[in-house]
Amino acid sequence: MASETTAPGIRVIPAPVSDGSLWGFSRPQRVALIVMLVFLGVAPFAGLYPVFLMKLLCFGLFACAFNLLIGYVGLLSFGHAAYFGMGGYIAGHAAKVMGVPPELAILLGGAVGAALGAVFGWVAIRRQGIYFAMITLALSQLVYFVCVQAPFTGGEDGIQAIPRGKLFGMFDLSADLSMYWVVAAVFVIGFLLVHRIVHSPFGMVMKAIKENEPRATSLGYRTDDYKLLAFILSAGLAGVAGATKSLVFGIATLTDVHWSMSGEVVLMTLVGGLGTVFGPVIGAAVIVTMQNYLAEWGAWVTVIQGGIFVACVLAFRRGIVGEIGALLKVKL
Amino acid sequence: MDRRSLIAGAAILGAVPLVRARAQAANTIKIGVLNDQSGTYRDISGPNAVACARQAVADFGPRGFNVEILVADHQNRPDVGANIARQWIDRDGVDMLLDVTTSSVALAVNDICREKNKVHINSTAATSDLTGARCAPTTVHWTYDTYMLAKSTGGAMVRAGGDSWFFITADYAFGHALERDTGNFVREAGGRVLNAVRTPFPGTTDFSAFLVQAQASRCKVIGLANAGSDTTNCIKQAAEFGITRRGVKLAALLMLIPDVHALGLATAQGLVCSETFYWDLNDRTRAFTARVAPQLGGAKPASTQAGCYAGVLHYLKAVQDMGVAQAKASGVEAVNRMKAMPTEDDCFGAGSIRADGRKIHPAHLFEVKTPAESRAPWDYYKLLQTTPAEEAFRPLAAGGCPLIRA
Repeated sequence: MASETTAPGIRVIPAPVSDGSLWGFSRPQRVALIVMLVFLGVAPFAGLYPVFLMKLLCFGLFACAFNLLIGYVGLLSFGHAAYFGMGGYIAGHAAKVMGVPPELAILLGGAVGAALGAVFGWVAIRRQGIYFAMITLALSQLVYFVCVQAPFTGGEDGIQAIPRGKLFGMFDLSADLSMYWVVAAVFVIGFLLVHRIVHSPFGMVMKAIKENEPRATSLGYRTDDYKLLAFILSAGLAGVAGATKSLVFGIATLTDVHWSMSGEVVLMTLVGGLGTVFGPVIGAAVIVTMQNYLAEWGAWVTVIQGGIFVACVLAFRRGIVGEIGALLKVKL
Repeated sequence: MDRRSLIAGAAILGAVPLVRARAQAANTIKIGVLNDQSGTYRDISGPNAVACARQAVADFGPRGFNVEILVADHQNRPDVGANIARQWIDRDGVDMLLDVTTSSVALAVNDICREKNKVHINSTAATSDLTGARCAPTTVHWTYDTYMLAKSTGGAMVRAGGDSWFFITADYAFGHALERDTGNFVREAGGRVLNAVRTPFPGTTDFSAFLVQAQASRCKVIGLANAGSDTTNCIKQAAEFGITRRGVKLAALLMLIPDVHALGLATAQGLVCSETFYWDLNDRTRAFTARVAPQLGGAKPASTQAGCYAGVLHYLKAVQDMGVAQAKASGVEAVNRMKAMPTEDDCFGAGSIRADGRKIHPAHLFEVKTPAESRAPWDYYKLLQTTPAEEAFRPLAAGGCPLIRA
């Protein structure tokens, strides 16, 4: 932990030291970042299935977006599936019916996620704790039922045969490997954006709100504005992740807007490590890998997932990355 | 429990998938059975469809190439099914996807097989769009479709005087197609469709609200545009509400023999349904049933499962005819060969596959026996009439399949 205790109950967060590092990455974080980037570059050639990697990256970005809210502002949203799924539907509809190129479809998905987040956030941030979680859940269920009934989502069939299209009208993405580089780029940009947000002055206020909201208010910050903006950013990134996923798989379905998806992203973030930069990515990797390789065990996957969740909460409360960080005495 | 033992446990769990061996052989045809192994449609597809596919491989016998069968559960979700199909084709080298229950999943898999040039032999999905607007050169649709069910069952109901209909429809591609196709026949025959309610799928188990709505419409026939346990639940609940006692007829548009078995003859007696295969139809179907029955856990094969058998058998014949290497290289070529060869098997007799991928065979209209009439377990059907193969299915030109115009 970077904070130190000076007097009982008062924690002083040291101001970020500018050492010319890239966007506030500490040295161990830089090492981890390089490891991650190398992995992204090498993985498809190391025999890993590109579609699986893409799924992993989409969920990684989704978990990062979620972590921005819970890890740094302390807001537990239980309705992130709404932005993720709606982003997917909008991108799928745009790419399939309107013939929009993939880069625009992804941006459009993000924009819709952000717009939805603005409306829902505006309602939800008026309450705290369990009430906040319940309001977000209720609103996301609203979105779910719209998706079940609205003609453009195709109901239970979903939007099928979404074309990947041509990036900038030039590069054909139908090959898995070329799509992989696009997804990897989207992921890295999203990941760096989250990190940049967290380490900006805006991010400092976010953390202040998490630590002690009344004090942040007393210092003159309009905490509601900060919370709303964080909410919009998080929802927008979730929309981008959903849009990318629907282009990868060529299908957008109700699974992505279902409340269990909201639960899954909470699980990913908790397993990886709440409020760590790399935690959500690792958590998403663990959960997606598990679902993939244990799929043949059918209903047992959820039981195993539940077991892991219990184990994490009992023994590894800081999550995988949080525990490793504590072990090495660094902040990852 | 301490951390150390948790870590050790996790490490062991993590190692499990690594044990899975990966074998690749150029001389092996890989068939992936993708269906519902755990949900609503388990009984009409599920493990028994896999057993029927294995039976086909056994009956085909060793002919100089290996056949491997993979199985997966798509949970009736198109995204899960599409994922498995992609992974099977890209990573495991699967050459043919079989069964693919649930129309929404089937349509998604259909697109993937077209894109990747792999064979898709569909038995249990019913939507007639598979050989209509969304037909693909890589698809063969074997057992039945919504048009055939609508024509056979729907037509019979209207002729018997049921001229005002209310539909209870499973809210996805299959239900929509079945409601559309049946509604057309009802209107053509001078009947009226009063209304329809859409029930969420999968996951609806309580149909009472929908049944009450149907009853309030004062229709003569409630059309059940659903399948599997949705249909059996509707029929049971309609009996409990006394709807059938008051003279309203139920049209179970897609009811298969496992559904009758689940309902019991006391509830199901007198219902009519259409099938293209019945285990007790003739000597050949009885011979097939005798061969496969030991693997089915006491059940008799359903028509959809028989379709898996016949589809695999015909595919393997085509593979042998054209050579394994060529069959693996091009799904379109393999399907073209299947269309060129006449089909011949114990379940459906002699038949053929049309240019749009539709397998053609006669359709039978059955009435469910009363408990007194049934002499043996699974002795459930009385044959009412048979529609010849040429009339049973939608005419080639009426489907709107792009392959036909080309």
